[in-house]
Parts: sequence; structure tokens; C-alpha cells
Amino acid sequence: MYRIKELTIEKIIFLCGIITILFILLIFIFLLKEGLSFFKTVSITEFIFGKNWYPVSEPAQFGILPLILGSLLVTLLATIISVPVGIGSAIYIAEIAPLWLKDILKAFIELLAGIPSVVLGFVGMVTLAPLIKDLFGLSTGLTAFTGSVMLAFMAMPTIVSIAEDALYAVPKTYKEAAFALGATRWQTIYKIIIPTASSGILAAVMLGIGRVIGETMAVMMLTGNSACIPKSIFDPVRTLTATIANEMGEAVVGSQHYFALFAIGIVLFLISFLINIIADIFLHKKR
Amino acid sequence: MVKDNEVKIKVKNLNVWFKDIFALKDINLDIYKNEILGIIGPANSGKTTFLRTLNRLNELADGFHIEGSVYLDNKDIYAKDIDVNELRRKIGMVFALPVVLPFSVLENVIYGIKERIKNKKKILELAEEALKQAYLWEEVKDRLYDSAYNLSGGQQQRLCIARTLALEPEVILFDEPCSGLDPISTFKIEEAMVRLKNNYTIILVTNNTKQASRVADRTAFFLMGQLIEVDTTAKIFTASKDKRTEDYITGRFG
Repeated sequence: MYRIKELTIEKIIFLCGIITILFILLIFIFLLKEGLSFFKTVSITEFIFGKNWYPVSEPAQFGILPLILGSLLVTLLATIISVPVGIGSAIYIAEIAPLWLKDILKAFIELLAGIPSVVLGFVGMVTLAPLIKDLFGLSTGLTAFTGSVMLAFMAMPTIVSIAEDALYAVPKTYKEAAFALGATRWQTIYKIIIPTASSGILAAVMLGIGRVIGETMAVMMLTGNSACIPKSIFDPVRTLTATIANEMGEAVVGSQHYFALFAIGIVLFLISFLINIIADIFLHKKR
Repeated sequence: MVKDNEVKIKVKNLNVWFKDIFALKDINLDIYKNEILGIIGPANSGKTTFLRTLNRLNELADGFHIEGSVYLDNKDIYAKDIDVNELRRKIGMVFALPVVLPFSVLENVIYGIKERIKNKKKILELAEEALKQAYLWEEVKDRLYDSAYNLSGGQQQRLCIARTLALEPEVILFDEPCSGLDPISTFKIEEAMVRLKNNYTIILVTNNTKQASRVADRTAFFLMGQLIEVDTTAKIFTASKDKRTEDYITGRFG
């Protein structure tokens, strides 16, 4: 009797353990099944490098290059904004801030992580977009730059908390040894602590990027949704994610357009898979 | 063994607290130039705290509070105008467990000096000299650019000593430097210490009373944050004045 109980519990826990893998596999298979049939009619190069995304005109054109570039531009800008600020914040929290301030900062960063992206998108729409419009004399405030700034806010909590963990994990003895050798606080931070935590910091950056590239709601609300190849950071763009979210509702199930959106899903899946793998490699890099 | 009684460090009415823990109680102690002062005592007796008070490393801990004064060459090291980083270069420290930094052997040795000395040849000379003084040169001269993690525990500890020596300090604090080492490594480090005292003042905290009796000129016995007695090592080990010292040394407690 006792044995059976043990065995059952063991099996149930095993099931719980592998269920994530199962889900990922199912999602991927479903994506492939729906998406791959799209490539029967349109070639992969035409899809990836096509400059025009006109899914409902006659004849329809399914080039996602503008979308890919839109996603990359927004991601790049958001990374440029959020990485220095995020790492700086992590260093401040881990090494410099007094204990009471540390707790407050961490609580606020968790709060920032908890704000739904639609709320951030809405706030950006009413406050940031008009500001950017006036500041740079643009015809619209809904640009790649606007989206990037709000996305940077979203990536920040990820970057800060993981980088902070990495910095915190540097043995305290290293710090003491550096101080005992007469190093100043700043020398200790940038010559001992940051190099030692570098793999964790890189992982934090990669996960932040992953967060940005997969984000949909805020970019959809803020980047202007125009599927053109952007010429400057103040052009409206459209991202891969926003395209799927925008058009899934209107695409006829089983149509070429419908399958094209799944094909975009595959591209997104591969991009985030790649980013996660890179982050993992950094995270588990052993000295 | 003490050549002259020139006082290098003078500790006067020193009291230390961590938050509400009274860690050091009214310590008065003179440390002479070119001597090895051994500090013995059971766990939690304040030995390490005392040592860290001398290079102001305790300041990194939360709730540290100090009263009284510590003079190095008649200058109060807790005075406002003292440059802490400069002070820590003058008073070097070797920790209980070797803390090699995640760089090459050479980088570890020159870590504390490469900021100030730009001449590459001079740096290499200093590094070689420091490694020789720490009795490590012969073992590492062909692997200066290897990761310091590849050295054995004893070699790592001597590397830490070399790193401290490269700063050309005046005083070296050893915090149980042999606690994780085998007898042969311990012997090598003790040998290094005895040689080093010609040029430096050495303070050695140790849990190993035999080690104190082997290398220290004078020995101080700490108990529960108090300095019970300090005298020449021979007297402490054969004719201590305080009963508690004798009990500790003979292993009746602690």
C-alpha cells in the first residue's frame, strides 16, 4: 500500500515536471503545422526579404522585412535605453544604496514589473507621444522612438533584478580583499565586481531583450503601426508581434493571410528561442 | 627577539560595537616595529574584529561603532583627514581563506599597484620581488599568465601574501592564514612570516596556539572581547599570569 502511494506521487510529480516541455512542444508543433503550409505558396526568401506587407490587396504581398526591421529597431532602441540605466540601477542597489533604500527600490522595481503593458501603452500614448511630437516637430508622436522608451521601462525590471542577483552573488570576500589592497569603492566595483558578475549581467541584458521583442500591447499602441521600412527612429513602424495581434481578428481562418500570421509566429518563436539560448549560455558560463 | 621597543601601532581605550553587540572592550595594546604579535583566543573572542579595526575594514559592516583610538606612527588612523585607501595600502591584510581574484597569477600580484605604477618593467620587478618574498616565485614563474584558480590552496594563500607585499606595506595583518592549509604549506607560510618581520610589522591572528608559539615574538590572549594579557610568547606559554590564559593554552576550554 505504502509503495503504491509513493509510486503514484512520484509519477504525478514527474508529470508536473515535464508538462512545460510538453506544452512548448505542442505549441511549436501547432505553429509549424499552421505556418509551414504558408510556404507552399510563398517562398521563404520572398517572405523574409519582401519589402511589402499588403496581406489583403489583390494580389496580396507577404513581405515581412519592414516588420522585422520594425521589431529590430524598436528592440535595439529600447535596449540602448534600458541597459545602461538598468545596470547602473542594479549596481546602485547591490553595492551602494543603504539598506533601507535598497528595500524601497526593489519594491518599486517589482511594482514596475507588475504594471500591465496596456497601461504603460496608454500612459505613453497620452503623455509621451504628444511630448515627442512637439519636441521634435513631428507629424505624429507615435514613432519607433516612443515605443522604445516605454518598452525600456518594461525591460528595466528584468534587467535590474537579474543583474542585481548576479552582482550580489559575487563573494563578499572579493570585495574585502580589494578593499584591503587599498582599492576605492569604484575601483572595486568596476574591476572586481562587474567582471566577476559579467556573465550574469549579460544574461540579464539578453532576457531584457527577450522581454522587449515579445512585447505586443504597448508597441501596438505607441509605434504608429505602419508597415513601412523605417528611415529614422522617428518614423512610425510596425513590429512582428503587433502585426499578429492586429490582424488575427480579421484574417479569414484557413486563408493565406491567416497562415502568413502563423509564419510570423514561427519567426518570432525562433528569435526568442535564440535569445533565450544565448542568455542561458551566459548564465551557465563557468569560469 | 624584539630589537627595539619602537611603537608602530598604539591602541588606546578601544571599544567596538556592532549594532548592540559589544565586540571589543577597552583594549590597550602597543605593537612594536618588526615584531610578530600573535593573537590567540577562542572563537568569538574578538581577535578578527581587533585585526579589522587596524585597517578599518570593519567599517564595511552594518552598525559598526568605535570609541577610543588607534595610532599608526603616532597618527590616529580614525582621524578625519586620513585617506582610508592609502591606510589600507600601508596596513596590508591576508585573509583566513585565500581570496584569489578571478585573474591570472600576475594580475593578482599587481592588482593593488598597477594603478599607480605605469612603468611595465618596474611592475614586473615588483611582482617578482613580492613573489620571491612570499616563497612562491620558483613555483609560479612559468605560469604567471595562468588563472590563479589553478594554483593549490597553499600556493593561493602565498599568492595573497605576495599581493599584499607588492603594495610595500609597513604592517601586515594575518587573519588565521593557515586555517585551511596542510602542514607543509603552513610551514612555508610560517617561514615566510619569520623572514618578513625584518622589514615589516606583523600581527598574526591564529586559532592554532602552537603556531603562535612557533612564530610570534609576543602573544596576546583575547577572551570575550577583552585583552586578558600580552607578554613575550615564552612567558605566555610557560608562565602566564592569568589563569584563563593557561587554561586556554593547555586546552582546558575553547
